Amino acid sequence: MISPRYHREIPQRYRLEAGRCEDCGEIHFPPRFVCRKCGGKRFAIEVLPRRGKVLTHTTIWIPPAPFEIQKPYVVAIVELENGVRLTCMVAEAPPDEVRIGTPVELIFRRLQAQPVWEVLQYGYKARVLAG
Amino acid sequence: MRDVAVIGYGMTKFGELWQTPLRDLFAEAAVACLADAGVERGRLQSAYIGCMSSGLFNGQEHLASILCDYAGLAGLAATRVESACASGGAAFRAAYLEVASGASDFVLAGGVEKMNDGADATYCLSTAADQEYEVYHGITFPGLYAMIAHAHMHRYGTTPAQLAAVAVKNHRNGALNPYAQFPVEITPETVLKAVRVAEPLGLFDCSPVTDGAACVLLCPVDVARELGKPVIRVIGSGHATDAIALHDRPDLAAIPVVGLAARRAYAQAGITVADVDFCEVHDCFTIAEIVCTEELGLFERGRGGPAALDGLTARDGKHPVNASGGLKCKGHPVGATGVAQIAELVMQLSGRAGARQLKSPRIGLAQNMGGSGGSCTVHILEVGS
Ligand SMILES: [Zn+2]
Repeated sequence: MISPRYHREIPQRYRLEAGRCEDCGEIHFPPRFVCRKCGGKRFAIEVLPRRGKVLTHTTIWIPPAPFEIQKPYVVAIVELENGVRLTCMVAEAPPDEVRIGTPVELIFRRLQAQPVWEVLQYGYKARVLAG
Repeated sequence: MRDVAVIGYGMTKFGELWQTPLRDLFAEAAVACLADAGVERGRLQSAYIGCMSSGLFNGQEHLASILCDYAGLAGLAATRVESACASGGAAFRAAYLEVASGASDFVLAGGVEKMNDGADATYCLSTAADQEYEVYHGITFPGLYAMIAHAHMHRYGTTPAQLAAVAVKNHRNGALNPYAQFPVEITPETVLKAVRVAEPLGLFDCSPVTDGAACVLLCPVDVARELGKPVIRVIGSGHATDAIALHDRPDLAAIPVVGLAARRAYAQAGITVADVDFCEVHDCFTIAEIVCTEELGLFERGRGGPAALDGLTARDGKHPVNASGGLKCKGHPVGATGVAQIAELVMQLSGRAGARQLKSPRIGLAQNMGGSGGSCTVHILEVGS
């Protein structure tokens, strides 16, 4: 991860900032230049809700090199309470605790164990909510 | 648009070809293709060459020029085409359109990938996913298809045994293919007990890391007749794109770009799936073959798994799928795969597929997709007079 890109993505990774189309209300994460639904170009910043549920998941046993020492780890597609979906790791959970439909919340974590190109990588992960 | 025929193919053996450089892989396939077609290299007017990631795998860009130079084709109008794992299919479509348009008579469609050259293949392949919002969070390609698999299992009751049946069938076919990387039969137990890659997928649910190249030669049908060639006509070419991030697509148990490309190809060909005698399907993972056979319309949604287990996709089944061994057994040099699928259609339609030959097929379909379903091409070929 080169540092100019890392810096650019901080509003999404640290603050979960999405773009809400002022014409049709569609919420885009990350924000887009043009609305995929109506073609509108006027957006307001909207901070995503942190709670949601797992739509699907996997346990990664063979990761790319930057994630090697975290294996095995769970990655899921999470649908947040406002319908926005994102892909993230599920922290602090044994793989068999994560199922389709499991309620989760997003938390702020270091994502990779070692710096890549001298940048420590931070962002959101999910955590299983107690039933 | 003119009617277009495929009049020759050439392929390298697929495998870990440590001693063969990228440029020579393409040269071998291109030279074999021109020899098979019986066309002098001086008659070629252009080439489209699919390659996903020579920049990451080999540190080499500006690819079309170096490949043509080393294939003895310097001077040719040539373009490298990239659409991740669908690069080969996209190159074939570009070549098809150039001949159909009337701009050129002889156009080469090629594909090449040299994945065994020291790079981290898992990382290189992951760049076909959304780098900032998927790969950043530790996902891999097997991981994306594993998430499709879990969604499909949850919705339709698809089982690990059904996934395994895809791999077993493709190895049974590929064991008869001299181009295949792993031409050996396997058992369901081998698949089910294999080391895990991304739950629920194990090593034998995944296509391998492969070096290889494939080429086919296209020309107008009229010219093919003049050359005395059997006419293998391109009757449908469908192409579509979609969001590359899996989480940006509404149905996680489907790969809609495949259905979209297929409907476009069927419409152009004026046929339905019932007219298709056999298919080469993009089985980068076992679950991919199951979902793609559903998207192509061979089976109802959710029935792809039972169909594989019940033998409907075997060489002697109702809908033969991947008689070549597919990506799983034949190997998956990503940029070459889409063209190698067309080469298999040509072999089958001209009765040159050897021990894996299907019984006088007339219409074959090749489906090649990129990433977790961000792009897809579907081509339909018919043998006739
Ligand atoms: Zn809008």
